[in-house]
Amino acid sequence: MKPAKFEYFAPTSLAEALELLEEHGDDAKVLAGGQSLMPMLNMRLALPEVVVDINRIPGLDYISPTPDGGLAIGALTRQRSVERSDAVLERIPVLAAAMPSIGHFQIRNRGTVGGSISHADPAAELPAICFALDGELVLSSASNQRVLKAENFFMSPLTTAIEPGELLTEIRLPDRSQGWRWGFQEVCRRQGDFAMVGAVSLLQMDGGGVCRSACITMFGVAGAPVRIRRAEEALAGERIDDNLLGDVSKIVSEELDPDSDIHASAAYRKEVGGVIARRTLEAAINSGKGGDGA
Amino acid sequence: MTSADRNVKLTVNGKEYESSVEVRKTLADFLRDELDLTGTHLGCEHGVCGACTILFNGDAVRSCLMLAVQADGADLTTVEGLAQGDDLNALQLAFQENHALQCGFCTPGMLMTAFAFLQDTPDPTEEQVKEGISGNICRCTGYAPIIQAILQTSKGPALVLPTKDEG
Repeated sequence: MKPAKFEYFAPTSLAEALELLEEHGDDAKVLAGGQSLMPMLNMRLALPEVVVDINRIPGLDYISPTPDGGLAIGALTRQRSVERSDAVLERIPVLAAAMPSIGHFQIRNRGTVGGSISHADPAAELPAICFALDGELVLSSASNQRVLKAENFFMSPLTTAIEPGELLTEIRLPDRSQGWRWGFQEVCRRQGDFAMVGAVSLLQMDGGGVCRSACITMFGVAGAPVRIRRAEEALAGERIDDNLLGDVSKIVSEELDPDSDIHASAAYRKEVGGVIARRTLEAAINSGKGGDGA
Repeated sequence: MTSADRNVKLTVNGKEYESSVEVRKTLADFLRDELDLTGTHLGCEHGVCGACTILFNGDAVRSCLMLAVQADGADLTTVEGLAQGDDLNALQLAFQENHALQCGFCTPGMLMTAFAFLQDTPDPTEEQVKEGISGNICRCTGYAPIIQAILQTSKGPALVLPTKDEG
């Protein structure tokens, strides 16, 4: 339960960090909040030759408005700062609602937005929200910078499109306040655990109560967050009533193809997935202010 | 740059320390092994049990999930920093009165968590207390006396850390 030996660097500028990552490539691991990497180091599941600690780099910790009304979040922004941010609550209330479900407050005090998204645990909340919102990820390297859509970023469990030598530096999320209704819910054994099944729903409704478009994202049920397109299509252009919600719930259950593990069986995840997808839709429709993550 | 040891300077419970530390050493091990501050307990060593919770620049964190070298320049508080000399603080007394500990293993982490929680939430509901301590595992008490102790403390004057001179 102690980390194996590694070489440690604590660069004080982004340029210095990117040079180190370029030099060490695959041998280097980035240490941000440490809430995922440190357990893996302690258990020696990760044995990097080089650890690049980015905590001393200024200017990676911010929540700034973007011209299109969304938010750009620096990769080193602590989860606790997002949880407490008025700008997040105003512009992306579904993100604010999901934050208390991430670990515990001691974890969120250290854990970063970029760290959770780069780690890409399939049952984690931030990757799911980023995916559901069609967020953009800014990947920087010593020679280049590229921007990826979330759908092209999350590949499989703990695997993203980040190449050796690259660092996730910014997360861009669109405004999801005016005109959007939303719901967030996850099911776990204990407060703070990873979700056995989670759902994020976003709806656009017209004045007459007809659904213009729907986005239903499920997490903890596959190698990465998944959109349930067939359920979204069933909602688009329809007036949403109990019958339709029942159908959509069934579609979500049918579309899920989760694995069984020690936390829950595949059958349980399929069943509960349909139920909580429906609850997030109901929360979205009824209040426009979403579920409580219970 | 590439040596396995680094020099760190930090403040713990108002006292300044300077030490050389191996870069792979966790902050929890450093506090216990190098600074002899063995009040901080280590349970799971992967961030689940909460026994190693300390205050890092005022925020409650898992000291097993940080490297000691990351604490260079930081201001830490451990469970040893709660009492004013020999006088336990109100939270510690409330734990004693309510039998909020039995074996005592989780207690340092519970106290540090509860301290930070009460700074943020000075007048909590029982539900808020339950959520506040949800990241700390206790295998003796069944939690009820701990919740009682924290609620009792919240009714009294706000907790403060001891002043440097007397502490």
